[in-house]
Amino acid sequence: MPDLLLEVGLEEIPARMIAAAERELVRRVSELLVRERLAEAEAEPSGYSTPRRLAVLARGVLARQPDREEELTGPAWKVAFRDGEPTAAAQAFAKKAGVEIAALRPLTTPKGEYVSATVSRPGRPAAEVLAGLLPKEIAAISWPKTMYWRREKPERFVRPLRWLVCLLDQTIVPIEFAGIRAGNLSYGHRILHGDAPVELRGPAEYLSRMESAFVLADVPARRERIRKALDAAARGVAGARWREDEPLVEQVTNLTEWPTVVLGGFESAYLELPEEVLVTVMRDHQKYFAIEDSAGKLAPHFLAVLNTEVDAEGLAIIRHGNERVLRARFNDARFFWNYDQKTPLVSRLDLLKAVTFQKELGSYFAKTQINLRTAKALAAAVAVQGVELEHGALDQAVLLAKADLTTELVKEFTELQGVIGGLYARAQGLGEQVASAISAQYLPASTEDPVPAAVEGQILGLADRAATIVEMFAIGLEPSGSKDPFALRRAGNGVVKILAEGGLPLTLADVQRLAEEQSQRAKPNSEAVAAFLKDRLDFYLREVRGFAYDVVNAVLAAGVSTVPDAIARAQALTQVRGSEDMVAISTAFKRIKNILRQAGEQNGGFEGGIAAGDLKEPAEQRLHAEALKRAPQMTEFQAARNYAQALECVAALRPAVDQFFDTVMVMAPEADLRRNRLALIASVLQSFSRIADFSEIAAARPGGS
Amino acid sequence: MALQKSSTTPAAASAALTFQELLFRLQTFWAGHGCILEQPYDVEVGAGTMSPETFLRVLDSQPFSVAYAQPSRRPADGRYGENPNRLFKHTQYQVILKPPPANVLEIYLESLAAIGIDLRRHDLKFEEDNWESPTLGAWGIGWQVMLDGMEITQFTYFQQCGGVDLDPICAEITYGLERIAAFLQDVDSVYDIVWTQVPATQGETPGSGLPARTVTYSQVRHLEEVQFSVYNFEFADVEKLWEHLRLYESECQQLLAGIEAKKGDIRSMPILPAYDLCLKCSHLFNLLDARGAISVTERVGVIARIRALAVGVAKAYVRMTPAPQPVTA
Repeated sequence: MPDLLLEVGLEEIPARMIAAAERELVRRVSELLVRERLAEAEAEPSGYSTPRRLAVLARGVLARQPDREEELTGPAWKVAFRDGEPTAAAQAFAKKAGVEIAALRPLTTPKGEYVSATVSRPGRPAAEVLAGLLPKEIAAISWPKTMYWRREKPERFVRPLRWLVCLLDQTIVPIEFAGIRAGNLSYGHRILHGDAPVELRGPAEYLSRMESAFVLADVPARRERIRKALDAAARGVAGARWREDEPLVEQVTNLTEWPTVVLGGFESAYLELPEEVLVTVMRDHQKYFAIEDSAGKLAPHFLAVLNTEVDAEGLAIIRHGNERVLRARFNDARFFWNYDQKTPLVSRLDLLKAVTFQKELGSYFAKTQINLRTAKALAAAVAVQGVELEHGALDQAVLLAKADLTTELVKEFTELQGVIGGLYARAQGLGEQVASAISAQYLPASTEDPVPAAVEGQILGLADRAATIVEMFAIGLEPSGSKDPFALRRAGNGVVKILAEGGLPLTLADVQRLAEEQSQRAKPNSEAVAAFLKDRLDFYLREVRGFAYDVVNAVLAAGVSTVPDAIARAQALTQVRGSEDMVAISTAFKRIKNILRQAGEQNGGFEGGIAAGDLKEPAEQRLHAEALKRAPQMTEFQAARNYAQALECVAALRPAVDQFFDTVMVMAPEADLRRNRLALIASVLQSFSRIADFSEIAAARPGGS
Repeated sequence: MALQKSSTTPAAASAALTFQELLFRLQTFWAGHGCILEQPYDVEVGAGTMSPETFLRVLDSQPFSVAYAQPSRRPADGRYGENPNRLFKHTQYQVILKPPPANVLEIYLESLAAIGIDLRRHDLKFEEDNWESPTLGAWGIGWQVMLDGMEITQFTYFQQCGGVDLDPICAEITYGLERIAAFLQDVDSVYDIVWTQVPATQGETPGSGLPARTVTYSQVRHLEEVQFSVYNFEFADVEKLWEHLRLYESECQQLLAGIEAKKGDIRSMPILPAYDLCLKCSHLFNLLDARGAISVTERVGVIARIRALAVGVAKAYVRMTPAPQPVTA
C-alpha cells in the first residue's frame, strides 16, 4: 500500500497559527481517507510544519477504494411488470442501474413489492479521489486572519500559496489549489538551501530530504533541538542556566526551520533596571531567553534562537547585531524610566482624565474614583469582621493604581501595567504596602496565577474588578457566548479566586452589593451580575479545583455563604460521594423532592407544621425523632466548619429514611395523615439540604468519587 | 537568488554604505526591477503610504510599480535630537509592486544583498505584522522583517485602501533607512550615521583646498530635529492649528462635493488637490496630537473626519478610473 504525502508551501505563516493549522490539516486528511475508504483505520497520519509549510504523511493508504455492491430500489413491481412482461418503467430503471432486465429482482418492503437491482460500484483509484477532494480540505483550513493575493480574489488564505507537493509513493497526485498544481518539488531553507527546488522521490524520504535542505519539518524534533542548543549555549556562562519559558520555546519553534542558538551579553549596568523590565524587553520584544545564575538572579546575558546556521564569523556578526538592538532597547527603557520619574505617580492623577476607560463609563480618572469608593466600602466591611489593614495605604494604592497608564514605560511595555506602577511607587518612597498592592492589582491574571499576598492588594483587586463588572453590566456590556471584549469573565474569575484563596471574610454577594452601592449607574443589572458571579464560582470549583459537576451543583444549590465555605463543603461531599449511605440519601432526597412536587401540583400544598402526635407508624415516628436529633448536631458541626462530621449526621439518617420509605405510604388516602407525612419529609429535606442539595448527586459510578 | 558577498563585520563597518549610497543602491536595485523612481512627495506625510503615489495609485487595476524615498514626519516622535533612535522626521524607502510578482519575497531578499547584507552571515525572520491605518481606511497583511533581532523592513500585502477593496492587491515594502544605515555602519545613534564622504577639493592656491571630510546625519539633520521638536511641542499655536484644520477640511469637502456633483468624466476635476488638502489635515491632526491638544473624546471624532476625506478622495479616484494610464505605458 502506498504512502501519501501532502505538503502545502506558503510564504511565512504567522507563528501563532501554525500548530493549530497543522493539527487541522492532519485531521482533515485523516477523515477524508476514512470517509473515502482509503485508510486503514488505526494509523493516524503524521503532521509536520515550519513557517513555510504544512505537511501530512499518511502511511499505508489504499491504492484504490474497495469495490462495493449497492442495491438500488426502483418502481413498484406491479408497475414494472405487467403479465410478466417488463414495462417502460422497468426498462428505464434497468438502464439507469446499468443492468439487464433479467437481473431485476423483487424486493419486499413494508410498503409492498418493488423492483431492485444489485449494481457493483468499482472503487476509484486513490489518486483520482484525492485529486478531487484534497484541495477542498486545504481550502477549508480555518485561519484567524486571511488575505487575498490573486486577481479577482478567487480564494482567501493565510498567506500566498507558493507550491504544493502531493505524492502517492512516486506518483504525483495532480491536485490543484489557488492556481498551483502539485508536483514533487519542495523548497528548502531560504538562505541555507536557496531557491533551487528539492525533488522528492517519495513520501517516505520527506523528513530526510527536507533535512538535507536545512529544514527540520518535524516540530517535536525542532523543539528538542532548540532546547538542547539553549542548554549548550547557556553553558557558555559559568554556573548559569536559561530561564524556562515554555510559550517562548513554542514561539521560536514556529519561527524557525533550522534553529541554532547564539549567546549574547549586555553591560551589567543595565541590571540596575528592574528585572521585570529587562525580562519583558528580552522576552516579549526580542524573543530572547533570559539567563540566570544559580541563585535565580538575572545574569547580563541572553540567548537568541536563530533561523540559520553560520560560521564563527557569521555568529560574531549576528551576536553583535542582536546585542546592539538589545542595548538600544535597554537604553530606551532606561530613558523612559528616568523620564517617568520626573513626574511622580501622585502628579499623574489628573493625566488620567485623558485616558479612556470605556466610552460611556468615562476616563480612568473616573474609574479611579469609583474604585476608591468601592475599596473603602470593602475595607470597612472586612474591618468590622476583625481584618487588620492599613486604610491609608489602601486608599493611596487605589488612588494611584492606574497612574502608571500615563507613563512612557507602560506605553512602551503595556504588558507591565501595574508592575511598573508598583516599581515607581517603591522608588518614590510611597511605602512597601502601597507599592506591592499596586504591583499585584492585576493578579491573578490567569487561573494559575497567585492572588495578591496582602489584604490591601486583594481589596484593590476586588474593588477594581467588581466595579468594572457591575458598571459594564449596568450599561449592557455583559459577555455573551464567545464575545467578551472587556474580559469580564477573567475579571469574575479573579474576584472568585481572590475570595477563595485570599481569606477575606466576604461573600460574592457582599462584594456585588458593595460595588453596586458605589456605582453611579441609574440601574444595576443585579440579577445578571449575581448569575454571572455564580457561574464564575461554578467554573472555579470545576475547572480550577477539579470538583465533579454534580458535587458543584449540589453545593451551589444549597446556597453560598463564602467561597472558602463552598470549597470546604465540596471537599467534604467529594469524600463521601461514593459511599452507600450517601447514595441512598441522595436517592431518598430525590424521591422526597418528586413526591413534594407532585403533591404540590395535585393537592395545593401542605401548610402547617408536623403534628407529632398524629405520626402513627413506628417508621415515621422514628424518622421524626432521628431528624430532630441529627439536625442540631449537623448544624453544630456545620457552624464549626466540620463538614465531614456534619455529613456523617446526614448519612446517619439513612436507616430511618430507608425504613420510612419501605413501610410508610406518604400519599395516604386520609388527608390529615397525608398532610402530616408531607410536612415531615419536607422538614427533613429542608433541614438536611443546607450543606448540599443531595438530590443533585449523580448515581454512584464504579470506583466511587 | 544572487547573494552578494560583502562585508558587514563590525570591524569592516567603516567600509559600509553611507546614507546616500544606501539610497542609491535601493534606487538602482528597484529601477532594475521595473519600478518608476519617484521623488519624495512634497506635502507633509507621516509615512510613505500616504503619498498619492501609493495611496491613490493602488486603487485602480492598472499594473504599477514605483519606488521613492519619503521623509516621514511624526511630530509626537520628536525628541529634541536627544534620543539616539527616535526622530521627528525619518526616511522611509517605499516600494509598491502592483501586482506583486510571485517571487516578491525572493526579490526583496536580493535587495538586501544589494545594500551589502550577506544573508549567509545574518539571521533573517519574517514575523507576522499586519498593518492598519484608521485615518486612511486602509489595512493589509504582512510581516516585519527581522535581521539579527532588528526590524529592517515592513512588508505588507495591501488589502484595502480608502475603504476600497483592492484588486489586484499590491505589495508594499517599506525600509527604515536610518535604522538600516545605523545597522550597516554599526553605530548606536542615528546621528552618528555617515551621510556621505566628501572628497578633498582643490583650492585656488596650493594647499588652500578643502580636505576630505565626513558628513554625518547629525550635521545634516540635528538642527531640524531640535527646532521642530520645539515648535511641535511648545510653540505651535493650538488655536491656529485648529483653524487651519477647519479651513483645509472645508476646502477639501467643497472640492469633493463639486467632484461628486459633476456628471460624466471627472478626469479634469481636482481630485489630486483634494487629496493634498486631506494630507494637510492629517499633518495638522498629528501636530495637535503632539501638542496634547486633542482630548480622548475629540480624538476619535477628528480621525473620523480625516478618514471621511480620505475615503471621499479614494471614491472619486476610483470613479475616475479606469482610463488610459499615461505613466505606465
